[in-house]
Amino acid sequence: MKKLFTLLLALVLGLGLFACDGAGEASGTLKWNIGAEPLTIDPTLNGASDGGDVINQTFEGLVREVEGIINPGIAEEWEVSEDGLTVTFHLRESKWSDGSDLTAHDFEYAFKRGMDPATASEYSWIWEYTNIVGSYEAVFEDGSLDDVGVEATDDTTLVITLKQPTLYFVSLMGFYHFMPVKQSAVEAVGGEDGLWAADPNLVVSNGPFVLTAYEAGEGLTLTKNENYWNSDEVYLESIDAKFNDDAQSAYNGYQTGLFDVIPDIPRELVPTLMAEDSEFYVFPLLGTYYYNFNLDLPVYQNVKLRKAFAYAIDREAICDALGAGELPAAGFVPPGFLDNNGDDFFEVSGTYGVASDDSNFDEAVALFAEAAEEMDMTVEELQAYLSGREFSYNTSLAHAAVAQLVAESWYEVLGVDMELYNMDWSDFQDYRRDGLYEISRGGWLTDFMDPAGLLAIFTTGNSYNDPNYSNPAFDTLMSEAQAATSPSIHFSKLYQAQAILISDMPIVPVYHYSDIMMVKDHVEGWSRSVLGSIDFTHAKLTNQD
Amino acid sequence: MKNYYVGRITSAIFTLFLIATITFFMMHAIPGGPFTRERQLPPEIEQAMLERYHLDDPLLVQYKDYMLGLLTFDMGPSFRERGRMVNDLIALKFPTSAKIGLIAVLCILALAIPLGIISALKQNRPIDYLVMFSATLGVTIPSFVIATVFAYIFAVRLGWVPALGLTSWKSYIGPVIALSGYSLSFVTRLTRSSMLEVLRQDYIRTARANGIPEWKVLFKHALKNALIPVVTYVGPMIAAIITGSFVVEKIFDLNGLGVYFVTAVEKRDYTMIMGTTVTYAAIYVVMVLLVDVAYSFIDPRIRLGKKRED
Repeated sequence: MKKLFTLLLALVLGLGLFACDGAGEASGTLKWNIGAEPLTIDPTLNGASDGGDVINQTFEGLVREVEGIINPGIAEEWEVSEDGLTVTFHLRESKWSDGSDLTAHDFEYAFKRGMDPATASEYSWIWEYTNIVGSYEAVFEDGSLDDVGVEATDDTTLVITLKQPTLYFVSLMGFYHFMPVKQSAVEAVGGEDGLWAADPNLVVSNGPFVLTAYEAGEGLTLTKNENYWNSDEVYLESIDAKFNDDAQSAYNGYQTGLFDVIPDIPRELVPTLMAEDSEFYVFPLLGTYYYNFNLDLPVYQNVKLRKAFAYAIDREAICDALGAGELPAAGFVPPGFLDNNGDDFFEVSGTYGVASDDSNFDEAVALFAEAAEEMDMTVEELQAYLSGREFSYNTSLAHAAVAQLVAESWYEVLGVDMELYNMDWSDFQDYRRDGLYEISRGGWLTDFMDPAGLLAIFTTGNSYNDPNYSNPAFDTLMSEAQAATSPSIHFSKLYQAQAILISDMPIVPVYHYSDIMMVKDHVEGWSRSVLGSIDFTHAKLTNQD
Repeated sequence: MKNYYVGRITSAIFTLFLIATITFFMMHAIPGGPFTRERQLPPEIEQAMLERYHLDDPLLVQYKDYMLGLLTFDMGPSFRERGRMVNDLIALKFPTSAKIGLIAVLCILALAIPLGIISALKQNRPIDYLVMFSATLGVTIPSFVIATVFAYIFAVRLGWVPALGLTSWKSYIGPVIALSGYSLSFVTRLTRSSMLEVLRQDYIRTARANGIPEWKVLFKHALKNALIPVVTYVGPMIAAIITGSFVVEKIFDLNGLGVYFVTAVEKRDYTMIMGTTVTYAAIYVVMVLLVDVAYSFIDPRIRLGKKRED
């Protein structure tokens, strides 16, 4: 377990070692399979990782996050006021791909466009978490965009006013939703609804590459943007990207040299490739796979019963069965978040006594018996009471495999025979949100470089709090963490909050997600953000024949 | 005759109307919608989305608007692919599916009918067993297995054909084989059994007794009648094949329409569900109409629009 984590970390850090020496002439075309065709590549409208991967090449925000480090992007430097409420970004002089000047006003325009309900951006919910003054009102309550705390005071200064200190604010600015867009391009005739970003004649962007061709359903071409501020350190001449969302056929293409980079690999090949192929990469993904208890139902209000369920599964066996580098989850926060001491939050929190293997099984049995006693039932009665109840997930082979392993384990250890129940994804969303389930699958991925983005979903009344968990102590710690201006207080509150969450166990954490991809050895200098976007800014091709 | 066509076309349009209506209401009846997300959209945004696509109108109004649009061949904007019109998407994707589909159809007709005839004529001989054995395999092996194995052997291992897309004429081989496998086998079996059936008929015996040359008996008298069930099957088959296949398009990475039949439903892209269904239904209805016309050419006894007067 620990070994696996170290391995993952080594892989991630290893990427940083690909040094880029000297600025040469840009050369070569990278053949990249994006995966599914993005629904849009307009940064403000995009809400998906495939679109995010393209946008990460074509646009650049105030900062650029690479492997967890926040690097200056269009902002050369920034400062946060003592009370934590004002963030001032100082922009470098830079240009759009059409040669015009990129100014702080472009950021102001882009941010307000993102908040404007008329834009109907799928990611507009994120403004609530920026804590920018007036942003919540603008998105949720018809507030005016003029009252929002985003102001370009001159061409190179962007001042953000926050309603409470938000330690992760600057890191958030590297995320695609916060990239600048040029008003005249967005409003160009024929470019409505984000089509401008996918139209080589209309697109204007500011990243290392610019879109030069787009063929719906087929792919797109990105060409080095000579107007990018750091174009001296961009080595690829172009990127030829395809939309192929079938892992097997993309892998066929990879093997026959049609692709240098593919984002997915057929599951059954993963274990072999992981062990043997230097071109195979595993990254931790900032998310957790878990099961919700429906706490509105009396039986699941018994904490010992919930713990019995949580202890009665062998997480290592599940991760081995999945075999793509998933990590057993004891808590809710996955690896990848560094705390105020620079230590990984996941490592520091430990396991709260939740074993990653089968060593908790005896305790699970004991807890189950105690729970039965507290409910005035015999063990057999409780087993019979719970057996046949719905254990639900959205239809997918992978979810089915995990649910079967878990259900089998619950049957063997606790004698509870849950009924597996699956339904299609859209259907499942409603079913789970309406609390019609007994125990249901959940998964949460975050877009914040802060554990609060994950833990906050379990605060009372949060729309993603599917188990309907409510503990005032947890809520208080979360709001204290939010209000903290010092990282040490912020993280100590979050550590305590997660400890409370896991001792209450409203969910069964199962594993932390992983991300796999294959990149040919002759591609060097590429990197990846912890939030999951690939970055070809400094990529180059070597020894290719 | 003219009246007959008017009648048939009217009923075809009515059928289409019914299909569109039933699909429309069934689609709205299933839970979830195009804007269902893991993260719920802020209410203001969701409202803006609903207004944009007129999903906040009463269902009957939406239905009326949609059907009126359909009359002018306007299938509206895709709910999931922002800024793109369903018409444009279908116009973009359908030709790829149709091109591969038509090649597959030609292969099926060119191979299956002769093989079926040979099999029938050489009944219970080695060649018949061989053809029937292959046909059984072809019917039972699903297209995704054929496609996957083909891609692995000929693209990945041997490198004879490109693994993905339609980059050269060789790219068509795999998709066509995978797409035609089932129907090729089915039509072969159908031709064989139908031919055997006809060859046992009295009029064939009479024809032979009258000294008509064997080739004439077979091709003029027997085959014509034997083809009737085949034509009945082939019409709708063409509609199914040229609208593409989800698995074949996935495995060979083709930019076709077939994929949408599945993904549109998963994503609750209402207008796209309607678009694919209506397109398929329209082609289907036309094919059925053509089948009826073909009958009258094959067998003059089948007179369109006239009651048989024996």
